[in-house]
Amino acid sequence: MFAGFDFDVLIKSLPFLWLGMQLTLQLTVLAVGGGLILGTVLAVIRLSPIKPLSMAVAAYVNFLRSMPLILVIFWFYTLIPRVTGTSVSSFYSVLIAFIMFEAAYYSEIIRAGISSVRRGQISAALALGLTPPQAMRYVVLPQAVRNMIPVLLTQSIIMLQDTSLVYVVGLRDFLTSAEIVAGRDNRPIELYLTVALVFLVVCFSASRLVNLMRRRYSL
Amino acid sequence: MIEVKNVSKWYSSFRVLDNCSLAIAKGEVVVICGPSGSGKSTLIKCINGLEPFTQGSIAVDGISVGDRSTNLPKLRARIGMVFQNFELFPHMTARQNIMLAQQKVLNRDNAAADRKAQELLDRIGLADHAGKYPAQLSGGQQQRVAIARALAMDPIAMLFDEPTSALDPEMITEVLDVMVRLALDGMTMAVVTHEMGFARKVAHRVVFMDQGTIVEDAPKEEFFGTPRSERAQQFLSKILQH
Repeated sequence: MFAGFDFDVLIKSLPFLWLGMQLTLQLTVLAVGGGLILGTVLAVIRLSPIKPLSMAVAAYVNFLRSMPLILVIFWFYTLIPRVTGTSVSSFYSVLIAFIMFEAAYYSEIIRAGISSVRRGQISAALALGLTPPQAMRYVVLPQAVRNMIPVLLTQSIIMLQDTSLVYVVGLRDFLTSAEIVAGRDNRPIELYLTVALVFLVVCFSASRLVNLMRRRYSL
Repeated sequence: MIEVKNVSKWYSSFRVLDNCSLAIAKGEVVVICGPSGSGKSTLIKCINGLEPFTQGSIAVDGISVGDRSTNLPKLRARIGMVFQNFELFPHMTARQNIMLAQQKVLNRDNAAADRKAQELLDRIGLADHAGKYPAQLSGGQQQRVAIARALAMDPIAMLFDEPTSALDPEMITEVLDVMVRLALDGMTMAVVTHEMGFARKVAHRVVFMDQGTIVEDAPKEEFFGTPRSERAQQFLSKILQH
């Protein structure tokens, strides 16, 4: 089966594929980072005793989580120019869509992580004179993060895989680039096997990296 | 120093505290005992505002705890508290546990906080364990670090909420030793405990609670000699049986 495996095609299209990979990685890193920040804010609001705020966040989270990601991408692509009146590049419209979408998922993971920290830890922090935000920042969140890391990693890997959806707004991510080459040179087996291998390597190294960090910082 | 006046607390229709009054003078050691569910822990947590109360007033060093305008974090920083389950921060070493609030609340610089931590670890006999995480320490060691963590804030009073009831018997003594020394040094202390040996040794007064009320508040000699209430007598005979 591999007798006719054409490595030449791969080598020649490497720069092109690397361009796609850069977009995929850029989108993943920015969306995961932005999603984590926004998700943390949403989780804290959701857990706050201010009812209208926490209910608004709950509605946002439940709404976005019931939507297919591709629909959210379409929305922001058509919505943002209309709302702001200026045209936004495809890249930024999908980035915002990803961040808003991921934040909904991350906020649920973070909320569960925060709730998993024993109530007594907060009491102890407050009893020392820390303010509630300080108790959250120095005592609760570091412990919550430790509990959340495996699920956050899984969610981020899904995010990496989902970047391939950006082809719907005309962006060329890694998979889309590979598809273009595969069609152009009629070498689907070479390209799609390579894509699978690369995804495998990226995900595997990401999970090793996180494990290493956990041990390094004794999380 | 600590003044609890006619404090009541309801959880919906269930009354946890019923018109409790208690005064603790500077340098006084008061032991609070009673059957489980009698409200002792709730009462002591009301003193630093960890538990809100429904009625009455509590003042610490003249500052009203229940008052909305009171800066609770500032007041709590001056009252040390030790919990039944230690509640050391598991992601920090013993030293970091003792340094955190010194730096974030009292704004002490790194060197000053570290010096204080080392000095206290020395005092509780754990100088060699400064770099260990709570999970690497025994229960008794964890509770001693928790006491040091509270003392690092130079508190005007210390609250202990059943500090030895989560400990194995052989570790109780090492914690009580630290507390006895603290009491002899003149610290103002409110201690919820069933350790009557500790009460006999250093308490000035013993308070007995049952079903949310303070049934008896008597000098130690009187309490152990002839408790006036029948319920206190029953309680004492039960816990001193063995």
